[in-house]
Amino acid sequence: MAVTSLVHLTALDIAVIAIYFAMVMWIGFYLKKRANTSEEFFMAGREMTAWIAGLSFVSANLGSLELMGWAGSAYQYGILAAHWYWIGAIPAMLFLGMVMMPFYYVSKTHSVPGYLKMRFGQGSSTVAAFSFAFMTILMSGVNMFSMALVMKVVLGWDITFSIVISSLAVAAYVALGGLRSAIFNEVLQFVLIWGGALLVPILGLIEAHGWSGLKAQIIHNFPTQDYLHMWKGIGHFSDNPMGVHWTGIVFGLGFVISFGYWTTDFLVVQRVLAANSLRSARMAPIIGSFFKMAVPFIVILPGLLALVVLHNPDGSLMHLVGEDVVSANPGAGLHSYNEVLPLMLVRYCSPGLLGLGITALIAGFMSGMAGNVSAFAAVWTYDIYQPLINKKASDQHYVAIGRWATILGVVVSIGAAYMVMNAKGIMDYVQALFSFFIAPLLGAILMGMFWKRATKAGGFWGLLIGTVTSISLFLWVHFDPSALRYVAFSPDAKAMAENMYRALWCFSITVVVTFVVSLCGQARPVGELSGLVYGATKLPKEDPVPFYKNEWYWAAIAVVAFVGLNIIFW
Amino acid sequence: MASEGSTDISIWFFIGVLLTIYGAMILAYGIWELVTGNLANVVLANLHAPVWWGAIMLVLGIFYDVRFRPGKE
Repeated sequence: MAVTSLVHLTALDIAVIAIYFAMVMWIGFYLKKRANTSEEFFMAGREMTAWIAGLSFVSANLGSLELMGWAGSAYQYGILAAHWYWIGAIPAMLFLGMVMMPFYYVSKTHSVPGYLKMRFGQGSSTVAAFSFAFMTILMSGVNMFSMALVMKVVLGWDITFSIVISSLAVAAYVALGGLRSAIFNEVLQFVLIWGGALLVPILGLIEAHGWSGLKAQIIHNFPTQDYLHMWKGIGHFSDNPMGVHWTGIVFGLGFVISFGYWTTDFLVVQRVLAANSLRSARMAPIIGSFFKMAVPFIVILPGLLALVVLHNPDGSLMHLVGEDVVSANPGAGLHSYNEVLPLMLVRYCSPGLLGLGITALIAGFMSGMAGNVSAFAAVWTYDIYQPLINKKASDQHYVAIGRWATILGVVVSIGAAYMVMNAKGIMDYVQALFSFFIAPLLGAILMGMFWKRATKAGGFWGLLIGTVTSISLFLWVHFDPSALRYVAFSPDAKAMAENMYRALWCFSITVVVTFVVSLCGQARPVGELSGLVYGATKLPKEDPVPFYKNEWYWAAIAVVAFVGLNIIFW
Repeated sequence: MASEGSTDISIWFFIGVLLTIYGAMILAYGIWELVTGNLANVVLANLHAPVWWGAIMLVLGIFYDVRFRPGKE
């Protein structure tokens, strides 16, 4: 089973990892008794406090994308990668909490496609449900592959062995305890991720002589590259290593991709829908936004530190490369960008701490995978199986279907994981997926939630044509790279920039099609839109609370912190 | 940060248990390292991170164990 590896774990490290798996299974078995009805299994009984829903909301997103992928991106592109945590998340999270959550929560929907069904009818819901099911399984595959990669690099474990072990654990605890088990484990994993990963930037900063020392060494080692500014170098596509322009960051990432993901991706919205009150549901994304702002400390900073502290055995500076280069040069001792975090863990962590760090990575991957699988089970059961296959079954039947869907989701994810192995880079792949499905969904949801005149046909055709446009633009550039000058407005744009502009295009087309088709049809009476549309809904009055418990107060503080961070790292 | 009301064991208690076990294991290793002088082959081993990091985890874990122990109102 063992091939080459960065490190050999001691008995202490293995004990740390084993205890984590035991704890995860304990939680799953313990919560099985509280997952008997569909409301309990799919919505965790809608009993989560703001803190639990908020931490779970962020943790479900802390999968491979966040940990290994973005640490690798920070090594490649510098602090620009932090845009995906700040402008690419915070405004959208606050918008979800303060503006959109009341409609999701008051409508009592069990899913995002469920909201579309109430607003636009079965057609739109089915399009959204199938595209979500497809996307979420592929994302789950990305997670599995990333975890198997960590195991291969750090421990020398066979990729198939790692995939099977992690899949079995996730399938077991989600199938047993449903969403409640997934949420509890996500909160546990969130704490572990911080406990295991925080030591790397702390010790890294000590070794690099603080932030000033790190900056000086990066400038010395890479005098022609700007790794240290978030906004200064994005005035032109060719001025920065990522090949992005500020318009793409602000409108493509900061608006379409970010709002699409954080406000319409059921993977994260499901956690907030499980909150125990409207106030908790609004507070959860705000609590999550503070932690999201802090995540670059354990992800982006290690990537930057790796630029100066990682050295080859001969003392020369280590240069990480893409997965394709590593594959093309077996035996050359090369490491890929995605191996930044494991390399840093091995550098600083002694026995026990190394096990904790590896456990943090495993926890991150498992929370991402569990998030995908639990959301898939809900959408499959509520939005595909119930309306299209078996309309009138008992509640117990739907719970059983949810459990089987969890297992089916894991099995299909395994297939997706093997497909991902041949992808050039994890991040580019994930970003491409986002713009395929998330951007048109955002267009349809926003039109439905904030425009009373939007019709059933408008929502359906907007969503469908937007999705088809997105896939068509991708294929156009894939087969004719010169088309980049039209899709991304510049031949210098790179993959990430292309994804952002493609998202912008298909969002715009969804909105325009929804608008035009709606104007040609008859709108629903306003009375039917209560609880679904802004201006037609009377929100329940909330009890007054002291200012320090008020969601608007904390949202304002989050805005100030967000603006401050962007100015500091301008 | 109230416990999750309708479950017998709060999630914060599970977290406390895990932090306590991990903290105790890592602190014990760190103390062994400190006493024997048998340092692991890692960068900045002289800072004895297992001692202080393990201690922090142990203290936090015990706090959560007590604060959210099952049966506590």
